[in-house]
Amino acid sequence: MAMRRFYDQPVFRNPWADFEKMRREFDTLFRNLGSEVERGGGTVFPALNVSEDEHNIYVRAEVPGVAAADLEVAVEGDTLTIKGERRRFEVGEAGKVACHRREIDSGRFSRALSLPTRVDTEQVTATGKNGILLITLPKAEEVKPRRIAIKAE
Amino acid sequence: MSDKEMQVQRKQELQQAGEPTKPERYFVPAVDIYESEAAVHLRAEMPGVDKDGVEINLENDNLTIRGAKATNGGEGERVLLQEFETGHYLRRFTIAETIDQERIEATMADGLLNLTLPKVEPAQPRKIEVKCAS
Repeated sequence: MAMRRFYDQPVFRNPWADFEKMRREFDTLFRNLGSEVERGGGTVFPALNVSEDEHNIYVRAEVPGVAAADLEVAVEGDTLTIKGERRRFEVGEAGKVACHRREIDSGRFSRALSLPTRVDTEQVTATGKNGILLITLPKAEEVKPRRIAIKAE
Repeated sequence: MSDKEMQVQRKQELQQAGEPTKPERYFVPAVDIYESEAAVHLRAEMPGVDKDGVEINLENDNLTIRGAKATNGGEGERVLLQEFETGHYLRRFTIAETIDQERIEATMADGLLNLTLPKVEPAQPRKIEVKCAS
């Protein structure tokens, strides 16, 4: 079924997404020529994927190594905030341990996201699984699509 | 600990020698490696991988860590924002120490793999008494 939407572009869509995609394509193209791939400046932790279906908005955040107790999710109006802290990996006594590689970052993080539609703040749920936090935000009744029955005369 | 906010570390895609036949993506997981007197400790960041998807292989000092992505739903949803990509994880290391293969321990919690590779205990020096041949 072909469908035409007048507002196919979400309100808060990242305007640089297409450029970033293009840059990635160029990176893979130039990597073979031996040039060092520049690692672009990241966004604020955690990285988010946002999607929606008819009833809900889904926000997925990549938070490996963060325990559920160290995470804080809040919804206020149409703003979603994710706060937390990732703790450093401690092993054994200090001084007796040699550190060979330290690629995993730690520290506090907080991030706010404005939601594209109004949500039912009472019904928001958040679950953590395998280091991915899934926040399900049910859309408010007034923005849900309503089926209109056609009466035949 | 600084007050600076954490930044997202962009995932690096693995450069494989051969071209994969399946349209799957492999990323290089970020790791922390520490060495204590008794063992080598490794921690790898693999969000989206569950306990059963992890495969650890140690062969001739070559350590391979592989994490297969668990399905996470998301079908039939319309994407509004995408900041991270999902895929499998693969990384290889050459280990300098002699590892006791029998006692390797691995745990997986919150998308973080914790691997303990105990070193083989060094052989105790044996004193050899020299007897006089009289």
